[in-house]
Amino acid sequence: MDVEDIEIQLFVRAMQLRHGYDFSEYAPASLKRRVQQLVRTHDASSISELNSRLLHEEGFVARVIEGLSVPVSEMFRDPLVFRTLRDKVFPVLASYPEINIWQAGCAHGQEVYSLAILLEEAGLYERSRIYATDFNDAALAIAADGIYATREARDWSRNYIEAGGSHSLSDYYSARYDFIKLDQRLRRNVTFFNHNLVTDEVFCEAHLILCRNVLIYFTNTLQDRTLGLFRDSLVRGGFLCLGTRENIDFSPAAAGFGDVDHALRIYQVGGPGARALSR
Amino acid sequence: MKKRQAIVIGCSAGGLTALQSVLPGLDARLGVPIIICCHTGSADVTILVDLLDRHASLPVVEASERAPADPGVIHVAPSGYHLMVEPNFHFSLSVDAKVAYARPSIDVLFETAADAWHDGLIAVLLTGANSDGAQGLVAVRRAGGFALVQDPLTAEADVMPLAGLEAAGADACLPLDAIAAKLNELCLP
Ligand SMILES: C[S@@+](CC[C@H](N)C(=O)[O-])C[C@H]1O[C@@H](n2cnc3c(N)ncnc32)[C@H](O)[C@@H]1O
Repeated sequence: MDVEDIEIQLFVRAMQLRHGYDFSEYAPASLKRRVQQLVRTHDASSISELNSRLLHEEGFVARVIEGLSVPVSEMFRDPLVFRTLRDKVFPVLASYPEINIWQAGCAHGQEVYSLAILLEEAGLYERSRIYATDFNDAALAIAADGIYATREARDWSRNYIEAGGSHSLSDYYSARYDFIKLDQRLRRNVTFFNHNLVTDEVFCEAHLILCRNVLIYFTNTLQDRTLGLFRDSLVRGGFLCLGTRENIDFSPAAAGFGDVDHALRIYQVGGPGARALSR
Repeated sequence: MKKRQAIVIGCSAGGLTALQSVLPGLDARLGVPIIICCHTGSADVTILVDLLDRHASLPVVEASERAPADPGVIHVAPSGYHLMVEPNFHFSLSVDAKVAYARPSIDVLFETAADAWHDGLIAVLLTGANSDGAQGLVAVRRAGGFALVQDPLTAEADVMPLAGLEAAGADACLPLDAIAAKLNELCLP
């Protein structure tokens, strides 16, 4: 066996035994790339050196989680997805007196603010509560601040319009030099908190779960388990939205979800094509 | 002779024309998966897939997350994601930061494919105006795979093949019109 592959197994064991993080069901190819990247970021001579620091150095694990998380996101990425949520999902949500939305793996929060804006424009924000979770505390802190580099935000205004926004995105942020800061009023019904999809439980009855481009890092086994977690959290008729290239065909738990829009990966518990789940 | 199990192809500027010249020459009996990473800059790779499918001798599809890298099929990386090959020869995707300014990145595809197929892999680097793929080619050769680079003189943009040759060298450096025949020779019994 390749030495580096052995080191990665030891890395996973160290994270598990010493810190309680379970990466054993992350897809190996991207996990390996991220661990190799950690070696470069921390100027280590090898993965074994990371392992030693993980065991002995106070606070190092938080740096490692930041490195393994890679919270890359955008506002209104795949605008058609957001437009379809507005056109097909919001009208159903509107029938509930209170709307619970779980945004799992929210990274730096770009999609949280995107959703908040569309809810606001649809007149649904006041009765909505958004639970925005991630297992990376540093990312959650950035998400709560809502401050992004202007350079990053270049395409977001156009995305917002394509998503069916009815104002101008600049109505929702103030621009300062190289940064924009999202209007903090958009946060008034948002709760950001740490939740690990691998080890933590269901915490709310959700009407909509957004979890885009997070399960792509999981093996089939962990993807299936997480979809089961979502299924348990969703009300009957609740919605699930995944990334536009995600594939749930190999997951037995996915049988409970039917298509709202297959190409955009928007599903509904018990929607068209769904099968009853034996639980 | 070494049994070849998979082909990966990387290209950028001029890639569509180059692929349209290489793919029709592939033997329809090639029993290996062929995986392409081509920078298109467009948000949707469907157009590229359709264009290539018209002339290729094998079916061309967009690579599907979690699906196996099926032999006898040409799989194209979707736009906006890195395409990787897992050790079990199934595809996975990531939206990790761009590598060499690109996502999908040729380096990422080549490196993960080299990890999966080791010396069973053939990597082909074609025309392009940046140096993505050069590090990937190094990984392929280190794993014992076969590196085939388009002769820069026949490339619409020579930066990519030149960078590949400089970083990794090659097992063969051929003009565009000789590449399909070489792949057939390497893969057919
Ligand atoms: C690529 S980002 C997705 C951002 C956004 N949803 C999007 O598609 O633009 C993936 C996020 O998933 C988070 N993540 C990965 N594993 C997780 C886990 N086990 N529990 C919770 N969050 C996780 C990472 O920290 C990262 O912020």
